[in-house]
Amino acid sequence: MTYIAKPQFHHPSLKHNALGFTRRDYEGKVSTLCAGCGHDSISAAIVQACFEIDLEPHRLAKLSGIGCSSKTPDYFLGASHGFNTVHGRMPSVLTGANLANRDLIYLGVSGDGDSASIGLGQFAHAMRRGVNMAYIVENNGVYGLTKGQFSATADKGSKSKKGVVNSDSGIDLVGLALQLGATFVGRSFSGDKDQLVPLIKAALTHKGAAFIDVLSPCIAFNNHKGSTKSFDWVREHNEAVNRLDVLMSRGAVRANYEPGALTEVTQHDGSVLLLRKVAEDYDPTDHAGAISYLQHAHAAGEIVTGLLYVEQEAEDLHDALDTVKRPLNALSDAELVPSASALDAINAALR
Amino acid sequence: MTRPVTPAITATNDFVVKFANVNGSGSASANGLFVKAILRMGVPVGARNIFPSNIQGLPTWYEIRVSGHGWLGRRGGVDLMVAMNPQTWDRDVAEIEPGGYLFYDSTKPMPSDRFREDIGVVGIPLTALCNAAYAEPSKRKVLKNIIYLGALTFLLGIERAVVEALLAEEYASKPALIPANIEALQIGFDHARDHLKPLGLKLERADAVGDRIFVDGNTAAGLGAVYGGATVCAWYPITPSTSLAEAFTAYCAKLRHDPDTGEARYAIVQAEDEIASIGMVTGAGWNGARAFTCTSGPGISLMQEFIGLSYFAEIPGVIFDVQRGGPSTGMPTRTQQSDILSAAYASHGDTKHVLLLPEGPNECFEFGALAFDLADRLQTMVFVMLDLDMGMNEWLIEPFAWDEHRSLDRGKVMTAAMLEAGADFGRYKDVDGDGIPWRTLPATHPSKGAYFTRGTSRDPYARYSEEGAVYVDNMERLLRKFETAKALVPPPIVRRAARQTSYGVIYYGSTSPAMDEALAGLEADGVAVNAMRIRGFPFLGEIFEFIAAHELVFVVEQNRDAQLRALLINEGGVDPARLVKVLNYDGSPITARFIRTALADGMGLAQRRSAGEMVK
Repeated sequence: MTYIAKPQFHHPSLKHNALGFTRRDYEGKVSTLCAGCGHDSISAAIVQACFEIDLEPHRLAKLSGIGCSSKTPDYFLGASHGFNTVHGRMPSVLTGANLANRDLIYLGVSGDGDSASIGLGQFAHAMRRGVNMAYIVENNGVYGLTKGQFSATADKGSKSKKGVVNSDSGIDLVGLALQLGATFVGRSFSGDKDQLVPLIKAALTHKGAAFIDVLSPCIAFNNHKGSTKSFDWVREHNEAVNRLDVLMSRGAVRANYEPGALTEVTQHDGSVLLLRKVAEDYDPTDHAGAISYLQHAHAAGEIVTGLLYVEQEAEDLHDALDTVKRPLNALSDAELVPSASALDAINAALR
Repeated sequence: MTRPVTPAITATNDFVVKFANVNGSGSASANGLFVKAILRMGVPVGARNIFPSNIQGLPTWYEIRVSGHGWLGRRGGVDLMVAMNPQTWDRDVAEIEPGGYLFYDSTKPMPSDRFREDIGVVGIPLTALCNAAYAEPSKRKVLKNIIYLGALTFLLGIERAVVEALLAEEYASKPALIPANIEALQIGFDHARDHLKPLGLKLERADAVGDRIFVDGNTAAGLGAVYGGATVCAWYPITPSTSLAEAFTAYCAKLRHDPDTGEARYAIVQAEDEIASIGMVTGAGWNGARAFTCTSGPGISLMQEFIGLSYFAEIPGVIFDVQRGGPSTGMPTRTQQSDILSAAYASHGDTKHVLLLPEGPNECFEFGALAFDLADRLQTMVFVMLDLDMGMNEWLIEPFAWDEHRSLDRGKVMTAAMLEAGADFGRYKDVDGDGIPWRTLPATHPSKGAYFTRGTSRDPYARYSEEGAVYVDNMERLLRKFETAKALVPPPIVRRAARQTSYGVIYYGSTSPAMDEALAGLEADGVAVNAMRIRGFPFLGEIFEFIAAHELVFVVEQNRDAQLRALLINEGGVDPARLVKVLNYDGSPITARFIRTALADGMGLAQRRSAGEMVK
């Protein structure tokens, strides 16, 4: 792995967002992943999403575990603090970081090896605690860095590059996240930028635990015939239930949409999720309905994508703990250290 | 009372009472009242709960050292056994000192061979008295304990008014219970007064307690964390550390809410396991909050990988390790000092960690607060090594004190203004020569100071690097940082003997009160030994100077493998022959008698050896 910084030259015609940043300001270092890796498309989608929601790059903290996907935070948002933690344990580190400073936006990036095996427990508990974060799993069904072993999301019957057939049931992280109480759940495909970018935008602006499972084929070890995580397979079996647009505020833009075909969800920060229905009978605000729909689609061999569930009035861990609105890491000595006279009272109670 | 063969022990304000009870029988509250009553009479008490890993049914003991001299460690031996548990009768009876006393429930006759000739036997028909007075089973169960408390009040000369006042305080929130308890106390007291004579063990009002407080180390450490500015606590229940997190929770509820909004200035998360606990501490420390976890040996084992990450990525945090008997599940409710090595060198690769070694609740409070300053200053995990004895037992200690002018040391945190002024920020760059780099917190500045934290090797500017020289430079800097830590950890405390001696003793942690008594005893015997109490790791040079200045140094520890001794040998290149192991690791707190005997024997042996050599 090398360390290559991208040149800072900006083309004068590059578009600027409301903060005056160009897309380049959200980029990171040059990727060291394989050419054509789905993960790089996801990094590009993260860059695009942050640019489009006018995010101040330094207000986001990016955290990851260990693996190919967990390397990617170095390849986007170079002006953000990042933390490449230990295998499968990013959720706890992100939780702690979030407790320390509730004002930042937290982006967790993980892989199927990281989150569905060693990290399954931490994945589960971060979801059920409602940690305010966008959690992306770059899901390719395979261990890349150790060269091609099945991961726990590999479908039963899927064939490895060496011809081995997977006999274990695949873990569906979307289904788990729904069960566990994630308040935003989506699935997408690294090859579908139009679907993925708005999902990331919505996840970043969602308050609460937002999870996106992104199928991201591994071109080195899991893009062959017989794999159910290859580009061809995912394209053929991809069934989008809706298309999403994220409006950062209510405005005239709404006029562009035809009434009737839209589901509208207003988030806590005032952003609006506009969902154009593709599957007639899919309602992403119906928790039980979403779980049932996904189960049936899975049985039929379909990969359901889109915004699968969103809870409009979601609360997060800080709400549950009733913490002060200011970040805990900004509290002064006077706010934290009790007086010496308080200690006198404590002493008196211990006699 | 059977006639003792040996003379009955007579002692005033200086004896050991042990209660043998059944877990879950409600004895804890009666035994606690017994201790508090003695303290209220101005007589110091050291009290230790010896309990099983069980909710109900297994044996439990409460051992009380009454000492007008103020010796608060375990002495060794039992002068009065209150034998309330038939399961452990034989071993309880066997433990009594010759001339000591056995107090028991004589409702059912016991065969004479279950007693001893050389002790005084005091039988009271507790069950009969209780059943005659109370019909409800729940009352019978609880009040039987108060009846024996009443009998002991008479037998030992405890002031009854003191016990009655304590009962009234105890049940202040449920006043309906007070009369029944007072009555039960009276039943026991009257029966003893009418049928028995006071024992040779006597309590007399004294003035030796002063304004001291009675508190356990976990409570003290939890309070220390509040004063130390901790805002994030992530923990997982494990005996004997659980009550530390609970104390932090309780004190935060009282002391840490915004007076206007009522909102919490802290966040406490009961994590899914110890790995998540330390992960949350790591995340919070990285992001500038003072964070801690509390655990015991098995938790330390689980946290190893994260501890290595925080060492290498240089993230502050505090780990309270309330040590218990290991390995594995070991003796989860018994005390040991057996995590010294696994904490000092926690994790894979080359790692060393700062340890603070409190001697009891006062230092649990002080070090509990100090640890957060050290963690921020040194940007690393700091361990505070308690153990079950000091963590879960209430000790009589000086009141907690806090310097109102003290401010929290947040260490080298680079601000936006410093970055704006053009400071050259290299996350792992040693600019001050002390091995401690500067750090930035996330979101400090829009365009300067961001870096990528990782557990893989990197250069001083936090850029990934697998270059051997770059890696070595960084590892050497971490050693320089550890050198810097020496000036920050609490120095050892030395007590010199009245006369010149070539013998020394090193000890640490909860051994302290038993050592105090042992040293006084040795001095009374005319044996001179210089004593050093170690309070932190890394070890200061003066520790090795102390060892070098003595021919033989005893290292007293509560573990099997002489872990602190091993650490001394490894870190100081000390000749192992100079360091004599004195080890108590059966799960019960070390006693003064054990130390006194081991040291006296050890010195005698050494003297005989050197005399033999001279003859040759």
